[in-house]
Amino acid sequence: MNIKLKALTKNRTGFLAALFAFLLIVMIIVSSSMGYVDIGFKEIGKVILWKITNNAELVADIPETIRVIIIDIRLPRILTCAAVGGALAVSGTLFQGILLNPLADPYTLGVSAGAAFGACIAILLNLGAFFVSIPVFAFIGAISTLFLVIFLSGSSNKTGSGFSSNNLILSGIIIAAILSAGISFLKYMADEQVSVIIFWLMGSFASKTWTDVIAVSSFLTIGFLISILYAKDLNLISLGEKAASSLGVDIKKDMVILLVTGSLLAAISVSVSGIIGFVGLLIPHMVRLITGPDNLKVLPISMIAGAALLLFADTITRAVLVHEIPIGVLTALIGGPVFCWIFKKSHQK
Amino acid sequence: MKIEVKNLSFAHTLDKNLSDNTINNFNIEFEQGKFYSILGPNGSGKTTFLDLLTRFLKPDSGKILFDNKDILSFSRKELAQKIAIVSQDYYINFPYIVKEVVSMGRHPYIGRFFPLDKDQMNIVNAAAKITEITDLMERKITCLSGGERQRCVFARALCQKTPVLLLDEAFSNMDINHSFNILKKIKSEIRETNITIISVFHDINFASIWSDKMIFLKKGGIMASGSPEHVMTEKIIKKVYNVDAKVEYNKFANAKQVYYNIT
Repeated sequence: MNIKLKALTKNRTGFLAALFAFLLIVMIIVSSSMGYVDIGFKEIGKVILWKITNNAELVADIPETIRVIIIDIRLPRILTCAAVGGALAVSGTLFQGILLNPLADPYTLGVSAGAAFGACIAILLNLGAFFVSIPVFAFIGAISTLFLVIFLSGSSNKTGSGFSSNNLILSGIIIAAILSAGISFLKYMADEQVSVIIFWLMGSFASKTWTDVIAVSSFLTIGFLISILYAKDLNLISLGEKAASSLGVDIKKDMVILLVTGSLLAAISVSVSGIIGFVGLLIPHMVRLITGPDNLKVLPISMIAGAALLLFADTITRAVLVHEIPIGVLTALIGGPVFCWIFKKSHQK
Repeated sequence: MKIEVKNLSFAHTLDKNLSDNTINNFNIEFEQGKFYSILGPNGSGKTTFLDLLTRFLKPDSGKILFDNKDILSFSRKELAQKIAIVSQDYYINFPYIVKEVVSMGRHPYIGRFFPLDKDQMNIVNAAAKITEITDLMERKITCLSGGERQRCVFARALCQKTPVLLLDEAFSNMDINHSFNILKKIKSEIRETNITIISVFHDINFASIWSDKMIFLKKGGIMASGSPEHVMTEKIIKKVYNVDAKVEYNKFANAKQVYYNIT
């Protein structure tokens, strides 16, 4: 018993990861059952198994409509939401490490403003293939912003890394400010479409498809693998550039890789589901309180916890509340006060 | 390891018309197993010079050779196995455990996912003993005082087990007891393992006690270098700091010491 306990505390990361993963799976199943039509857990299990094994006997007694609701409506939304939650949490962890600031989040470099600006242009121009063009435009907006910010903050190649965290944060704030003015201008020009823009900006997982699931989860998989590969370097970078450099980290290369990875994760998330705040800020912060700041632990646990938490929030707005409220508003309303509490508590110790 | 600095120049500004180089045409050699101190007024290029030695900054012209090999030819990790620095910024934003911070000194020697084995941990613990932080190893670095933090960062640099150790005012926040103890142990380490120490000091008297050689900088140039007996003179101190001072051999300190008069 004692030995088991010891092993458990020693491998707390594995235990936590397993716990959150279990929670996430439970969340996915519970969330699939909830909604306008109540569906039993048994049926959900059967339909999912049917999709995986392709054994038609399993779903012989389940009506077509239920299958469609689960496979084509609820699961895409649920899985997109979970993947976005994971992507935002990983991205937040990366930015907090790179910018040496535990209060940074995926949007610190203005990626969200860039995405929003791109989306607004797409909405305003009312581009034909509506459902394709908004995310694509948002993504282009986000990536251009990222490169603009990197360009602005990159000083001469004399200093070790080429950019300091202060320069990055400042450039991000400036670009974001310009872009929000641009967004306001577009809203002013938009007339009738202004409500579409406003709703897009507030974030939503409504009517997501399997394309969204694949897009976000493939970005997340690659992004997560890169982050884990560079987790130790990120630990060193979070001690400061000079220290990291003298300990054998090629900071210039590593910072570009990690910045691009973090920004791509943020960009794909915003493009698919609008601006969802506080997940990327709060989750790594909470996880760090449990695991300590070692990114080799923070990254995987943040990803799973972020997925579970965002899915929890989305399930509330989709299936529990009488009217669906935008997910971005909900996460800010819940996440904001929770963050204040954690923040106050963590520096009172 | 022998270090040669040849015609080294560096300017923080990009404007070529401004001729105020931070480092202006340095030529100097560091022998293995000696304790060097670098002194000079603010902005004379002390820290910049150390940053050039660790390749945190790239020189505009000139070369730095480690055992006749240009430092540009080493990878970052190779370099981190040859030269370590205790720098002035030891502020850490994340609540790492002290043990984790000190262990990071082994980073140049280990793979991405491997935890430290017993031999590695022995090196870490030995370094912790030298800077007297064994009792702090389980504490959070963010909860320590400036001097304690400096000792942790010092231990991290010692973990790198490099033939050259750079100290950038590494004792600025430590009390005399701790700095003396650490320096004593390091001096005996110099004798045993033949490492080279290059340390930036502000306190001339302190530098005089510990150093084999003193290097005085002013406005990016080397004003004087040599043993304390030779270069620690009233004339040079006047030239470097523009301060009237009296330099005398002090029997108790067993070294030359400086005295000032403010009337």
